Amino acid sequence: MSDLRAAVAAGALGSEENYRELLQSIVEVARSIFGARASSVFLHDEESDELVFEAVAGEGADELIGQRFPSSTGIAGWVLVTRQPLVVEELDKDPRFSRETAESTGFVPKGLMAVPLLHEDEALGVLEVLDRPQKAAFSLAEMELLGLFANEAAIALDLLQKARAARAVLELEGGEADALARFAARLDEAEPEKREAALQLLDALGKLLRER
Amino acid sequence: MAQEPADLPAWSLPAGAGDRIAIGNDWPERVTRDWALGDATGKGIRVCILDSGIEAGHPRVGAVENAVAFQRGEDDQIELVQDTEGDLCGHGTACAGIVRQLAPDCTLYSARVLGAGFKGSGPVLLEGLRWAVEQGFDVINMSLSTTKRQFAELLHELADKAYFNRTVLVASAHNMPVESYPWRFSSVISVGSHEEPDPLTFFANPSPPVEFFARGVGVEIAWLGGGTILSTGNSFATPHMSGICALVLSKHPELTPFQLKSVLYLTANNVRGGR
Repeated sequence: MSDLRAAVAAGALGSEENYRELLQSIVEVARSIFGARASSVFLHDEESDELVFEAVAGEGADELIGQRFPSSTGIAGWVLVTRQPLVVEELDKDPRFSRETAESTGFVPKGLMAVPLLHEDEALGVLEVLDRPQKAAFSLAEMELLGLFANEAAIALDLLQKARAARAVLELEGGEADALARFAARLDEAEPEKREAALQLLDALGKLLRER
Repeated sequence: MAQEPADLPAWSLPAGAGDRIAIGNDWPERVTRDWALGDATGKGIRVCILDSGIEAGHPRVGAVENAVAFQRGEDDQIELVQDTEGDLCGHGTACAGIVRQLAPDCTLYSARVLGAGFKGSGPVLLEGLRWAVEQGFDVINMSLSTTKRQFAELLHELADKAYFNRTVLVASAHNMPVESYPWRFSSVISVGSHEEPDPLTFFANPSPPVEFFARGVGVEIAWLGGGTILSTGNSFATPHMSGICALVLSKHPELTPFQLKSVLYLTANNVRGGR
């Protein structure tokens, strides 16, 4: 593997890790501000049309990351398809919901707030806050606050997806990035004169590509 | 040749022909809530819930006149089928229950455009709305939106078509400054939430694009399996407004969407007629 390829791969991998941490910190802060039992971010995997637990704070944090379920089920599914934030309380009154949720998340929430993660014209996923302390009534101010967290989470999720896509390109053997990396390695080894000529050629190639 | 205004579009008006298109208008000097919807039940008004389907026989919903579903068939064409599955996620049932609560005698229809996965939901939504507009329903409740700009133009055309065909499109707004459709169009009635507990309380928003605020916080909604649950969201403010529209239209069936919006404005709780 060339130095360039290694460097770019390290950059993509590094940023992926950073964005994961950012997402994790967003759900941690959301959970803390709302005083909730748990908070999670779901990514919508377009390929399989599933929602995937991407970051979890609080209850279930260890086991849930990476778990998937169909995008059209559950409250996260409603929120994703309708692009509308939603709060549901007294969920524990519904035995069917309780069982299904307990099976997928390990605990039954009494209530939850869910908001779509919208970035540009895409719905990338859903942010949920589960079991905030019971207050007299849910307020629209809380909904607004949740919307602010959703904006942050949507940006982090977008960056994470882009970093993953970059890594996928780099990992593709024989792909364009691979060819460029091989070129960079030859350039590194070349004698100064050849190196100078190669760079001029590359410069000319760049100009050619810019022309129509 | 005299022509009813609703028959064919008129493109101009000859000299002195104003009398021929005189529009009967029995609005009182002061339009009040009582004049607008007092004793109304929604009878005779056809309301379509464009959503995830409606659970058959839910006690909060009662009879559903007809239920259709839009789905992707082979070769990716969107097909219209009779809906035999009911509601797959509960959203449509919740909306239908709210409309029924406010306008108990209205006739409910269900067009399912949600629930069969997220992929391709935009084209399915468009087809469903196109169908609903062609059916000439009096009110279409849309507690959903799309953020895809590629659909905005077609949605806009459908919203305008509905507006001129006397179909009122009531659409959920966002509680964030999000670009999504069709609620942002001026030909629809867009709805956000207020925190008051009365289902008939609504406010005209002096700072659009959200035009009205209806009850959307701590609402007891119909839930799958015949039960109810407490919920909050613009998704549920919208059917409150749809129900109010059905009430006004059942008492004043001659109103166009433009006139209906004016009546809603005049009778809103923060405007003179609503106080």
